[in-house]
Amino acid sequence: MENLVEVINLSKSYGKKEAVKGINFKIRENEIIGLLGPNGCGKTTTIGMLLGLLKPTDGQININGMKIEKNRIKILQKINFISPYIELPKKLTVKQNLIVYGKLYSVKNIKNRIEYLVNELRLEDLLNKITGELSSGQKNRVSLAKALINNPIVLFLDEPTASLDPEVGDFVRTFLENYKKEKKISVLLASHNMSEVTRLCASVLMMKDGVIIDKGKPEELIAKHGRQNLEEVFLKLTRNKNEI
Amino acid sequence: MKFNRIYGLFLRHFFLITRSFPRILDLIYWPSIQITLWGFISNFFASHSTYYNNAVGVILTCAILYDFLFRTSIGFNMLFLEEIWSRNFTNLFISPIKISEIIISLVFTALVRALIGLIPAILLTSPLFGISLLDLGIHLFFLFLSLYIFGITLGIFVSSGLLRFGPSFENIAWSTMFLLAPFGCIYYPIEILPDFFQKIAYLLPLVYIFEEARNILINQSVDYQNIIKAFYLNGTYLIIGISLFYYSFEKARKKGTLINIGE
Repeated sequence: MENLVEVINLSKSYGKKEAVKGINFKIRENEIIGLLGPNGCGKTTTIGMLLGLLKPTDGQININGMKIEKNRIKILQKINFISPYIELPKKLTVKQNLIVYGKLYSVKNIKNRIEYLVNELRLEDLLNKITGELSSGQKNRVSLAKALINNPIVLFLDEPTASLDPEVGDFVRTFLENYKKEKKISVLLASHNMSEVTRLCASVLMMKDGVIIDKGKPEELIAKHGRQNLEEVFLKLTRNKNEI
Repeated sequence: MKFNRIYGLFLRHFFLITRSFPRILDLIYWPSIQITLWGFISNFFASHSTYYNNAVGVILTCAILYDFLFRTSIGFNMLFLEEIWSRNFTNLFISPIKISEIIISLVFTALVRALIGLIPAILLTSPLFGISLLDLGIHLFFLFLSLYIFGITLGIFVSSGLLRFGPSFENIAWSTMFLLAPFGCIYYPIEILPDFFQKIAYLLPLVYIFEEARNILINQSVDYQNIIKAFYLNGTYLIIGISLFYYSFEKARKKGTLINIGE
């Protein structure tokens, strides 16, 4: 399988503070990779650089064979992002938001694409509602529709099911599993939900203090560290030795 | 450059304005109040001042021109602030829209916003005060164009600050026009200013625009030097403003403002 994302010796410093220190990883086509680590470990900074929002201090990012610093706009056309910390314009209806983002991503047949996403994400009843008046679960599905409007080949997810009830969370995870199978997209999933990561991810990157401290398949990491589940592995790796 | 993306960003703000009656009312309300107020002041001065008694509409015309400048500049800033307030900033900057497309879209949208407010106000002036902006003739177009360019240039300068420093720069966004107004010589000739202030004022295109508006209305003559100087200064500031916007964007990518600003 082809490597859709290649991160090579990537570093980011803010003044003297090093947020990300020379990390390396790859995401292949049709693969979901988990990015785990405690708050402040450099996950958001890494995703920010992958999205072109942050300029790396050092290193290189290639997406779909193109360097992001030289082909930012071409790459942004093929990727997308969801985070509970960013929102769509609240005063616009769901349909208006999807039209706006369809235009921004130069989607060829916006009407058909919106119809497809509306069916897949069960948005029929929400289409003419004001986005700001939706519940968290509904907003999450609308954000997912926006993130898929351009038929991305790589999707970056930052805690996509945070603050969702179990039913909606499960709907989103099932949808992502099926969508990935159908469209063969690559996904980088940053999450604190270990059962979600175990269920969805082929491989996991464990980050701490800006460094990838371990990586591998969830079951391999569990066996390697002699723990019962990924959460215990996470705690073992991310806590200081004297805290264990 | 893609028209689709420019249109997409325009649509985002068009939907916002047309969905909300209070927003439309807000756009129309302030220019109309401003023009009505200055209309009465203008009438008073016209009947009590030898300087203005031959040109009843001088103050009112300058008030309309200034309001157009103010609305264009604030409009541009508002469009940018709207993205920050709605936490949509990150979504916008991870879409494949180029900086040049953002600027073009906001420049056009700011014009639409300014005209929504100004056209009703201009229509009020004729029945209420018997004054028509068309008295400025074809030169009205050049004066409006010049003010429009300066308005969006100020908007670009302020938006560059918002990009670079984040929402903390918001207060500056509101105060820019008030800071420049005394130097713009909107309602009075430049000779009123102290010498040092005159030197600053001559660096602004506003002085030439408003001097010329008064010249046309009072002396019934046109000094093309003023119009050319205004365009020359406008062009210079616009190029500096656009360069600053690009620089601020790259600086924001280095500092991480683009990530933090939307959260």
